[in-house]
Amino acid sequence: MALDSKIPQGPISTKWTDYKDHINLVNPANKRNIDVIIVGTGLAGGSAAATLAELGYNVKAFCFQDSPRRAHSIAAQGGINAAKNYQGDGDSTFRLFYDTVKGGDYRAREANVHRLAEVSANIIDQCVAQGVPLAREYGGLLDNRSFGGTLVSRTFYAKGQTGQQLLLGAYSAMNRQIGRGKIQMYNRHEMLDLVIVDGKARGIIARNLVTGEIERHSAHAVVIASGGYGNVFFLSTNAMGSNVTAAWKIHKKGAYFANPCYTQIHPTCIPVSGDHQSKLTLMSESLRNDGRIWVPKKLEDAQAIREGRLKPTDLAEEDRDYYLERRYPSFGNLVPRDVASRAAKERCDAGFGVNKTGEAVYLDFASAIQRYGKEQAKIKHLDPDDAALVKKLGTEVVANKYGNLFQMYEKIVDDNPYETPMMIYPAVHYTMGGIWVDYNLMTTIEGCYAIGEANFSDHGANRLGASALMQGLADGYFVLPYTIGDYLSKDIRTGKISTDLPEFVEAEKNVRDQIERLSKNNGTHSVDYFHRKLGKVMWDKVGMARNAQGLSEAMEEIKAIREEFYRDVRVPGDVNGFNQELEKALRVADFLELGELFAKDALHRNESCGGHFREEYQTEEGEAQRDDVNFAYVAAWEYKGDPREAVLHKEELKFENVKLVQRSYK
Amino acid sequence: MNLTLKIWRQKNAQDKGQLVDYKISDVSPDMSFLEMLDVLNDGLVEKGDEPVAFDHDCREGICGMCSLYINGEAHGPDRGVTTCQLHMRMFKDGDTIFIEPFRAKAFPVIKDLVVDRSAFDRIQHAGGFISVNTSGNTQDANAIPIPKHDADRAFDAATCIGCGACVATCKNSSAMLFVSAKVSQFALLPQGKVEAAERVLNMVEQMDHEGFGNCTNTGACEIECPKGISLENIARMNREYFKASIK
Amino acid sequence: MAKSALLKSSIGKKYWMALTGLFLCLFLVGHLAGNLQLLFGTQLQFNEYALFMTTNPAVKILSYVTYISILFHAIDGILLTIQNKKARPIGYAKNNAGANSAWASRNMAVLGTLILIFIATHMVNFWAKMHFTTMPLQKITVEAQPGATQDFYLTSGWGQDKFIPVQSVDGENIVLDGRDFYYTKPLKVKFAEGYKDLHTITIEFFKDPKWGLAFTIFYVFSMAVLAFHLLHGFNSAFQSLGANNPKYTPAIKVFGKGFAIIVPLLFAIIPLYIHFFK
Repeated sequence: MALDSKIPQGPISTKWTDYKDHINLVNPANKRNIDVIIVGTGLAGGSAAATLAELGYNVKAFCFQDSPRRAHSIAAQGGINAAKNYQGDGDSTFRLFYDTVKGGDYRAREANVHRLAEVSANIIDQCVAQGVPLAREYGGLLDNRSFGGTLVSRTFYAKGQTGQQLLLGAYSAMNRQIGRGKIQMYNRHEMLDLVIVDGKARGIIARNLVTGEIERHSAHAVVIASGGYGNVFFLSTNAMGSNVTAAWKIHKKGAYFANPCYTQIHPTCIPVSGDHQSKLTLMSESLRNDGRIWVPKKLEDAQAIREGRLKPTDLAEEDRDYYLERRYPSFGNLVPRDVASRAAKERCDAGFGVNKTGEAVYLDFASAIQRYGKEQAKIKHLDPDDAALVKKLGTEVVANKYGNLFQMYEKIVDDNPYETPMMIYPAVHYTMGGIWVDYNLMTTIEGCYAIGEANFSDHGANRLGASALMQGLADGYFVLPYTIGDYLSKDIRTGKISTDLPEFVEAEKNVRDQIERLSKNNGTHSVDYFHRKLGKVMWDKVGMARNAQGLSEAMEEIKAIREEFYRDVRVPGDVNGFNQELEKALRVADFLELGELFAKDALHRNESCGGHFREEYQTEEGEAQRDDVNFAYVAAWEYKGDPREAVLHKEELKFENVKLVQRSYK
Repeated sequence: MNLTLKIWRQKNAQDKGQLVDYKISDVSPDMSFLEMLDVLNDGLVEKGDEPVAFDHDCREGICGMCSLYINGEAHGPDRGVTTCQLHMRMFKDGDTIFIEPFRAKAFPVIKDLVVDRSAFDRIQHAGGFISVNTSGNTQDANAIPIPKHDADRAFDAATCIGCGACVATCKNSSAMLFVSAKVSQFALLPQGKVEAAERVLNMVEQMDHEGFGNCTNTGACEIECPKGISLENIARMNREYFKASIK
Repeated sequence: MAKSALLKSSIGKKYWMALTGLFLCLFLVGHLAGNLQLLFGTQLQFNEYALFMTTNPAVKILSYVTYISILFHAIDGILLTIQNKKARPIGYAKNNAGANSAWASRNMAVLGTLILIFIATHMVNFWAKMHFTTMPLQKITVEAQPGATQDFYLTSGWGQDKFIPVQSVDGENIVLDGRDFYYTKPLKVKFAEGYKDLHTITIEFFKDPKWGLAFTIFYVFSMAVLAFHLLHGFNSAFQSLGANNPKYTPAIKVFGKGFAIIVPLLFAIIPLYIHFFK
């Protein structure tokens, strides 16, 4: 099947408006007869469910958590971008579009990104109307902050909990529709297969996680909004339950998986403390505004610090290597996420890591405290040479700006970051890759849509800060409700889809077989044992820096782990009831397949771009080297029974409005 | 560290359930409480036993999924944290730790330490929203200026993560802190004032219907709340309810 | 739209608890002011006050409000407690409630029940006697000449010879400046009713050779219970009525604490003083 992205004709700035003017609509009476299934209730799924229900469709929404409010969008800290230009600093739809395409290292689809930028402003209006308490200035108007990779202040925020507030906004819109009976909510349910009837997505098979019941649900369209797959690395900033299962199941049923290797590794996370670690915690990117990143200059100092013989504060200024400032004098500590992450890894690999595991660098606020302290002393007409006073005043300023983050750090690490520098290390954070969708957000399966992080569309090879929330809500509130209507307008005479169709019977049987196989396996190791093993391979060989040899090895190793998993996993407990080990087993089984495709995609992409860094393809200074001639395309993989047999389909990326240049932060 | 855990085990909602003792050794003080349970569960699975079921998801204190009543306190002995942010350094070698599910009639146990908190969702369905359509044709976000003070207080109320620690802690299993946080958030914003009366009446009616207890103003909820939601919100809801009642 | 339920809803019930509770606090102040006359006033002043309290129509209305408040406060409290117990059918094996709340706040029902028991016994001992039994009337013994004494009942009214009007009594002595005085001057209060001698009843109660100490201990204990009840109840009432404001609440809290300690303390001093020093 040839990939048709269905991008409307015409100039980029009018594509979306023209498109909306010419699509088919469904009249309100008919909407009542149309069912839509939405899997996932994060920003994308939640906002889509609310909007579709409000339009009149019957929505069935599914989430594996005990409430839609707990979807992992809730953990986003920093903010949401919108081209409002409230600050009058020259922002515009085009600039947001341009920054996003450039930030994505020119691997995103122009038309989608422009549409995203167009609807971004509306998101803010919508959220404020819903009662989302975004930060305000003393004049009562909305406040903005600036984020990495842009030259304007266009990020709206709610302290360090922007994702939470936006999600609760979407959740409240859902609640209104649940109360009206327009959304039927299925909490603690996991989608385990897609049902295709006559080539169209017509339902899902879901497991009730409380009773263990396998349920059939039918609809006229199925929307996958199940988020990203960062947990393939075992350790990531994703929630424990975040999984690829829904996306992977539709992939196996015919949806192409695009660019799986594009992973964002966030530079400022709290380092791993030991083998018991289950999860990594992100510290907002905003810390890099004032923190300076360094490692010891001398290997022996690094070793002494690792062994606890030396304290970082004992090290003289000339013995410290502020490597980002050294390598990137113009951007310094504020280089984009991918660059900062790789630089940290490079230093730690060279033996300069500063924690027990050797995988951490310092993020030091001492000079910021000095700088702010002196400034405050001058403002208050106090003695700027009084060291204790300066430190006190400076600490106050820093606490004001980052207090909650410092506190979080202290709780986890048990170390006071005002006194000793923080330790940070990169961690998997977001996956730009995902299910391939066309301009309508429809996958290669008719009637099956993918929105939010689950799809691949808007961030190219690297996502800018504060863009994930924007994309999730744009898809759910403002894009999908139009595009799905165009599709559903052909379904007004279809009537209810029966769940007794043979396709449902067969899909259910497959699910039951898989569950039975896992539960009767009676092996010796827990699911986590295999997940950890997979994660280690992914991190070591498919992580921040990849090479052909490592990737080939990874494919073999993942395959071997998968085989071992099916041979030796033990899933205790009753399958006809609440069984968290079974839930994990079903998810890890899919990660074990995805991991291999992930490595295969990384292996085939012989260039470095954004979050994908191939050691063979770097400039002399060690920077990522893109190959626009051969790789300016979306790699969409078709499932063929085994991840390694997946067939590549290319969607060529045409850049008509943005000029391709090499990114430089020197 | 070596610890003795007394964990509530209950097969399903119908089962009677009981506390079961477990010994666990080599616990690192850097572990989070849930990681300690992971280790316990790993051991149980490898032995062929059924692991302890407990709710958890984001493990960074924001999703509100984790619960647990640890040594007699919701989310354990630390303040301003959820169970996933509780670290083992809060405990000493040789400690005995009671781990029980959140207890309330409105939060029935599903299995072991997992409880059903959908009563919270139903309260929100009753009125936890502002009735605006997601049409994208709402007025500009800056059309109504909101005093920063009000916006900040609305935000403070809105940071509730819906974990249910307030209910678990309250001697009456009252949901007043949870409900009042939502009522307050909207009551403080001009957008929410339009249907404030109806909202508070509906949400309180649903709250009572779910079988939560009444508020005795002990203040325990505020102290155990991982997000420090203030009792002022309960007072505000009491005001709002009165205003709505005499309308 | 939901019906407002000022009586039935959980919040409505709390309004009533708060309103009746605060009214009872006011009652306590009045009651205390009167009782303190046992310490600072004369027998006569006290009995005069007692008569006023039992006869004045305004006081009568207030007293009915007080009875209703006590009943309502108690019944509402019982209903709330039953609901609260139902809300947690299975308790915790280990509960460290002391870590997050004050003991008093968790035991309002118990404290309230004790207070109710106290009120009942207190009313049987004094209020019922005052209202329903024939009490000794306060009298004064005058030694007109050595060896010849005569008892006079005191009254604020006038009519019969054996009653001496109040105005004529100065401490233990009768000032009889012209015997026609009280025959001719109409006075405000009831005609010819002797003062019920509550003062003596009270003193005897606490000085009872057999039970006086037990009564005293019981009263002091009850006041301690009241103190704990008020320690939480006073501030809690404001919270229930929605009065929680960063500006005023700290002041209310300080006042509430003071009230909760001082009022019961003064109440408790009275039996102690009577028992040990009178």
